[in-house]
Amino acid sequence: MHLPGEKPERPQTPRGPLKRDDAKFATGRIALFQYLIVAVFIFLLSGFWELQVRNPDYYYEQAERNRIKALPIPAPRGKILDREGRVIVDNHSSFSLMLLRDNLKHEDVRPVAEGLGLPYEEVLARLKRFSAQPRYRPITIKEELSRGDLAFVEAHRGAPGFPEMELIHAQRRLYPRNGLASHLVGYVGEVSEAELNTLEFARYNQGDLIGKAGVERQYNGVLTGVDGQRQVVVDSRGNERQVIGLKEAVPGKPLRLTIDLDLQAVAELAMEGRKGAVVALDPRNGEVLAMVSQPAYDPSKFTGGIRSRDWQELVANPDNPLLNRAIQAQLAPGSIFKPIVALAALETGAVDDGFKTHCPGGASFYGRYFKCHLKGGHGTADLHRAMVQSCDVYFYNVGNRLGVDRIAEYAELAGLGQRTGIDLPQEQAGLVPSTQWKIRTTRQKWYAGETISVSIGQGALTVTPVQMAYAIGGLAMGGVWYTPHVVAAPGRHETPRRATLNPENVAKVVYSMCGVVNEGGTGARARIEGVELCGKTGTAQLASNEALRSMKDGELLKDNAWFVGFAPREFPEIAVVALVEGGMHGSTAAAPVVRDVIRTYFDKKSSRQPRPVLARDATAAADAGVGLAR
Amino acid sequence: MTGYRSSRDLDWSLLAITLIISALGVLQIYSATAGTAWQDTWWKQSIFIVAGLVAMHVVSRIDYHRLLEFAPTLYIVSLVLLLGVLLVGREVFGSRRWIPLPGGFTFQVSEFVKLILVLLAARYLSGLKGDRPDVRDLLKVCLLVGIPMALVMKQPDLGTSLTYAAIAGAGVFFAGLRWQHAVVIGLLFVLAMPLSWTMLRDYQKARLTSFLDPGGDPLGSGYQVIQSKIAVGSGGMWGKGVSQGTQTQLRFLPVAHTDFVFSAFAEEHGFVGVAVVLTLYFLMLMQIVQNAQAAPDRAGMYVCMGVCALLLFHLLVNVGMLVGRMIVTGVPLPLMSYGGSSILTVFLMLGLVNNVRLQRFVN
Repeated sequence: MHLPGEKPERPQTPRGPLKRDDAKFATGRIALFQYLIVAVFIFLLSGFWELQVRNPDYYYEQAERNRIKALPIPAPRGKILDREGRVIVDNHSSFSLMLLRDNLKHEDVRPVAEGLGLPYEEVLARLKRFSAQPRYRPITIKEELSRGDLAFVEAHRGAPGFPEMELIHAQRRLYPRNGLASHLVGYVGEVSEAELNTLEFARYNQGDLIGKAGVERQYNGVLTGVDGQRQVVVDSRGNERQVIGLKEAVPGKPLRLTIDLDLQAVAELAMEGRKGAVVALDPRNGEVLAMVSQPAYDPSKFTGGIRSRDWQELVANPDNPLLNRAIQAQLAPGSIFKPIVALAALETGAVDDGFKTHCPGGASFYGRYFKCHLKGGHGTADLHRAMVQSCDVYFYNVGNRLGVDRIAEYAELAGLGQRTGIDLPQEQAGLVPSTQWKIRTTRQKWYAGETISVSIGQGALTVTPVQMAYAIGGLAMGGVWYTPHVVAAPGRHETPRRATLNPENVAKVVYSMCGVVNEGGTGARARIEGVELCGKTGTAQLASNEALRSMKDGELLKDNAWFVGFAPREFPEIAVVALVEGGMHGSTAAAPVVRDVIRTYFDKKSSRQPRPVLARDATAAADAGVGLAR
Repeated sequence: MTGYRSSRDLDWSLLAITLIISALGVLQIYSATAGTAWQDTWWKQSIFIVAGLVAMHVVSRIDYHRLLEFAPTLYIVSLVLLLGVLLVGREVFGSRRWIPLPGGFTFQVSEFVKLILVLLAARYLSGLKGDRPDVRDLLKVCLLVGIPMALVMKQPDLGTSLTYAAIAGAGVFFAGLRWQHAVVIGLLFVLAMPLSWTMLRDYQKARLTSFLDPGGDPLGSGYQVIQSKIAVGSGGMWGKGVSQGTQTQLRFLPVAHTDFVFSAFAEEHGFVGVAVVLTLYFLMLMQIVQNAQAAPDRAGMYVCMGVCALLLFHLLVNVGMLVGRMIVTGVPLPLMSYGGSSILTVFLMLGLVNNVRLQRFVN
């Protein structure tokens, strides 16, 4: 039994569920929460304020950059033509691949590089090099895309692929095959860091193509056009939606050279497989008709960005194919210097008409024996005979009488020892020694014995091929030297350099040069029926005979063969020099080259129809019948 | 507890705000998707909204006390469904969140779980004996919320999983969480961070690091935020105009009809439009708070404030992300982001709020 009160009633604690179930118990916390709501909204709204009210211009620009893609339209370079308007350097249509860096994903670089067959490291290095450029400027990573490359690009340009790839249609250089006129024409390549820092190329941007050598370099300003630009609206996948701006490219101007492709081709063929140079110019105005340097290189290897392997090959080649020997080879002229010495002798009166020497095969000067090239000697010779037979002993005596300074005076008058000023980059000056020069450079006095060597074009004397064509051409003109040039600029009225020479003296020298070719002299192989071709052979030693003998391997130091010639004898129209390094004899190696070029010139002139160019072998065979005279 | 309930007593201003925001969302989805593969989503969204209105009406008519009774059952069912998602769910963009339904629709269980957790928290917390939740209560709440959180984290869906934590957090806050406990929980959270870092997926880590330094990898995980900020900022004061937003129309803005729909809106309508919409959201939350204050009992208050806190969390995380002030977690913007499950869930929650409101006229 349970009495009321016995069983303690469950105390009515304030924690009872009913009492707790008033909805107001959290009023304070709800109020607090309302502040939290206000805070969150202020926080969010301030985020929009920051972006939309304080910095809308910045983000607007970013949005514009997102959607507007500026793609370059590369301007084609001007064509390079010969004097008759025939194309030497053309352009061809090609595709380049550019990477748009605005949307460039780094993980895409490797597959893109692999797809295009480029070394990944090279592409990365290139991206790094261009990192200073504004991001909106796309960078070319491959030019001259092959069919396979194009297929890769087309397949992967779309959305899931690599939208950063952009194909650009570009006109790229098409150079003649076999390196024809390669040194003259030069090549194009990407402007280098060092070049960008020069005044000449300051206005270019990284990645721009510029002329790197030859005419391409010299006349870069003429040949380069103005790139255009296409502004398009793209979506995030790189699909073009709309073209909003178009600036067409302005192509570069075509450039007409003074070169005659026929003469050039003949000279190239004649020099094929040899090492040396040919320069043909018109002494009446200085126009270069042909310029060859061998060995040549393939300029088209440079157009798509030269591979480092190719470049190494070119640089490491001991024959130095990049050297334009026509204007850069500085070598002893040997006997082709003799006409200048002869003229100096006549002009200064060091010798007169009656001066004769006896050549027993050598002569002693200042205690040293100087050999003549002909062992048996030439016997008694006057100026004419000494020139025709290239008698060294005669010129030893003449030089001895003249003294080195008077030789130097006339050599410099003829244009040696200084740049001719031809419109090609990096011409060399050669060297005309003199007493002054020796003191200046070695602080030693000139020994008279040294003059003996100089008087036959040896010793310290060096010349470039173009200098010899220029010097002898000007002499043949009676002392009028026009600066050689490969581009006939319209309105170019150059006043030539003139020297007052006694026409009789000039005529005597010229007549003797005519004899070299036409009187059975050393240049007999240059003889052309019906053309009064005058010339002089030269065989220049690279080292003294003694030194040569003491060396085991004389091969590398074989004599250089020279020939310089012009025609006709009176009022010459063409002067040609040929240098065959290691050619041994000017008479056999160099003279036929000059003959071929001059013959082509006159063939063209008489018929306007050049004789078909023979292969060099055929020319050589034709030479075989001519006696081995020097 | 069956009393007189009239449509007159519904929260009409809350409904009006809801409909305006939803309509703006549909318009923005239309603008952002025109001419794309998703160009009919605006139409689907409209259907979801209508369905949501119906669901809201139905839910508001069932006494929430009945619903609270069902909460444990619903909770068990939802755990089973979440497990099911992990097993048979459809994988999209590397995560399993959806159960395919007939008719091409999909069903995102984790969205509806939010609703169930709101109910469960209300039921559990309103039944607490103590003045304030003690340690055992807190541990229980942690366990109840922790299980679905872990399951959703596994999908993986960090954002949704965090919303569950927000529900629980708001619940214990209103239940009178002691500040000492709050401090301890905060410390535990800080301590757990390095541990959870090792458990995060690579993309989640990337999102975190890119949140701290969006410029670090502009085309990787920072891309979305950068593009979103450009879209928002370039909108300026007045916006670029409807369908004129270049970031949106040219697809620089990612998923411009779902998580980033408000960026697209901000680009096309500018700061003025943003301010209007945020004000609408603000009024909506305040309206819900008002309903909580007028709730007939604690459970009703917990339901309303749970919904309110959940919506606030969504707004904070989604909108904060658009302006680069929150990490990218893939939390949709309530009522505006495209997504049937999300829309239905929000309308169902608003139905609960109305339900509570209607109950105050009872007795």
